[in-house]
Amino acid sequence: MSETGVSEGRGGNGVATEAMVDVRNATRTFHRGRTAVPVLRELSLRMEPGEFLALMGPSGSGKSTLLNLIAGLDRPTGGEVIVGGSPIHRLSERKLAGWRARNIGFVFQFSNLLGALNAERNVAVPLLLTSFSARERRRRVDIALEIVGLSDRGKHRPRELSGGEQQRVGIARALVNDPALLVCDEPTGDLDRATSGEILDLLVALNRDQGKTVLMVTHDPEAAERASRILHLVDGQLADCGHDGTIVLPAHEPAGAAV
Amino acid sequence: MSSFTLISAALRRKKTRTFLTFSSVVFAFLIFGVLSMLQTAFSMGVDIANEDRLVVRHRVSLFQLLPQSYEADMEEVPGVVDAVHFTWFGGVYQDPSNFFMQSPVEPAEYLDMYPEVSVPEEAKLRWIETRNGAIAGRALVERFGWEVGDRIPIRPTIWQQEGRGDEAWEFELVGVYESDVEGFDETQFLFRYDFFDEARSFGRGQIGWFAVRIADPDRAAEVAAAIDATFQNSAAETKSESEGAFAAGFANQVGNLGLIVTSILGAVFFTILLVAGNTMAQSVRERIGEIGLLKALGFTATRVQRLVLMESVTLVTTAGFLGMVLAVGLERVLRPALAAYFPGLFLRPQDLLLGLGLAVVTGLIVGVFPARRAMRLETALALRRL
Repeated sequence: MSETGVSEGRGGNGVATEAMVDVRNATRTFHRGRTAVPVLRELSLRMEPGEFLALMGPSGSGKSTLLNLIAGLDRPTGGEVIVGGSPIHRLSERKLAGWRARNIGFVFQFSNLLGALNAERNVAVPLLLTSFSARERRRRVDIALEIVGLSDRGKHRPRELSGGEQQRVGIARALVNDPALLVCDEPTGDLDRATSGEILDLLVALNRDQGKTVLMVTHDPEAAERASRILHLVDGQLADCGHDGTIVLPAHEPAGAAV
Repeated sequence: MSSFTLISAALRRKKTRTFLTFSSVVFAFLIFGVLSMLQTAFSMGVDIANEDRLVVRHRVSLFQLLPQSYEADMEEVPGVVDAVHFTWFGGVYQDPSNFFMQSPVEPAEYLDMYPEVSVPEEAKLRWIETRNGAIAGRALVERFGWEVGDRIPIRPTIWQQEGRGDEAWEFELVGVYESDVEGFDETQFLFRYDFFDEARSFGRGQIGWFAVRIADPDRAAEVAAAIDATFQNSAAETKSESEGAFAAGFANQVGNLGLIVTSILGAVFFTILLVAGNTMAQSVRERIGEIGLLKALGFTATRVQRLVLMESVTLVTTAGFLGMVLAVGLERVLRPALAAYFPGLFLRPQDLLLGLGLAVVTGLIVGVFPARRAMRLETALALRRL
């Protein structure tokens, strides 16, 4: 992650730490014809490095919009989005694409693997954007597949893999460039209960053992329970939610100050 | 793994559709190759025309006769080096469908005028010794299985022999000519003018047209005008033109071949643009989510645009290349089989290059709009289609 534009908060010991995600007073308004539809309103959010945050909320509450802002897929109408110290709301489209390639790992609801490529090649797609040698690419693909437990399935095409295995390949693809932040949009939305559990175990392990910061959008309360913190998004504003299901936090207060 | 892996994956996504589009492009380029061959065959005389030769014919038409005595007058015109004459004989060998050109010529003068024609020395001597001797092109000899020494009967349709009605003229094949010039007509049958002139029942001293060698090709127009001026207001005025213009006029008797071929090719390539363009547009439309995914992973808009363009160029160029290869294969089969009918039937290297260039350009045109659409897709919106 870039070391420029570091945003700082206070950890429990009072020492200033660099936030992994620092969204400040972000608004996002869409236009339908002449009507302005505000989706995010003056929203602030802070995520510490190594945190596992679950983002919940009803349909249309703005979860995916917030996820897109943090992942650099969209820009706020107002406010700032600083990820890993980079003020990504200021980056050009071209620079933002390069930033995503280096810093973000995406996990989607559907694994979205390319059907004509085997698992290894699907995992290697993000490496096309790097200047790594063939040997280094090979090494990274092997490691990523090993982490998700699919070392022996690398030569298989997506149609030869189960839904859970396909999602694991999708996670390996997200890991192959070794990003600090994993952005997961309903990663278990298309899976049965048992397979969902396996995928969540994997995400928890990545967070705990590899130190990956994980931001997960989900509708599933059981999935959200696996995160270290849960936030609810209602009408474009955040409400912090503890594991006991209580809490409400005004959206305009920095979320990092809560809990 | 390279970008080509992604292109290949995209093309293999809908195999049947890709195969059908690929096949139609292959077929279009095969048609291109065949039409190019035909055009070459018909216009070969123009392409291999010698710049230092003029053709002088009757002003009214090629089939009106000129006095043979013009030859001496023409050789007096400044800039003229030499002149030989031809006459359309138009006879029938065995069957009217066995068409080939026959003409009486003066052997030594003819061979001087056409250094590209090669005849063995002993054949030349035999031709000069044998009054009814004739030489024939290699393709013609092979077509009818003739051998030197054979007697070739040709039934007259215009030129009957004095007192013999429509009885066949009988020629003795004394030699076979060949040429190193690609596409040179090796289907002619040439016999001695003195034998022809003495034996014919009418028109003695009259010939069909002259071939005239000039000293300076840059002065061709000037010399042609001087020749025509020499015979102005005579009973048989002349029209002189370059050998190339004469050949073009002859070829265009069956219609404006260039226009016909260009029109057919235009229609074929317009159809290809629609077919391949539709395939690419549909392919991108179906892959909006996938394209959004690539963009999310960090592929820039320009890179995505390039991938789609390369996909289109790969599809059309590979198919175009295969079409041209098939056309070359067809040429290998047709050329010997049809050499006697279309002596210039072959694919020129410049037509092959044009075909390949056309394939690349078609690929780019076909891909440009889908590529632009892919480039402009908003990543977040595209991802909703996953």
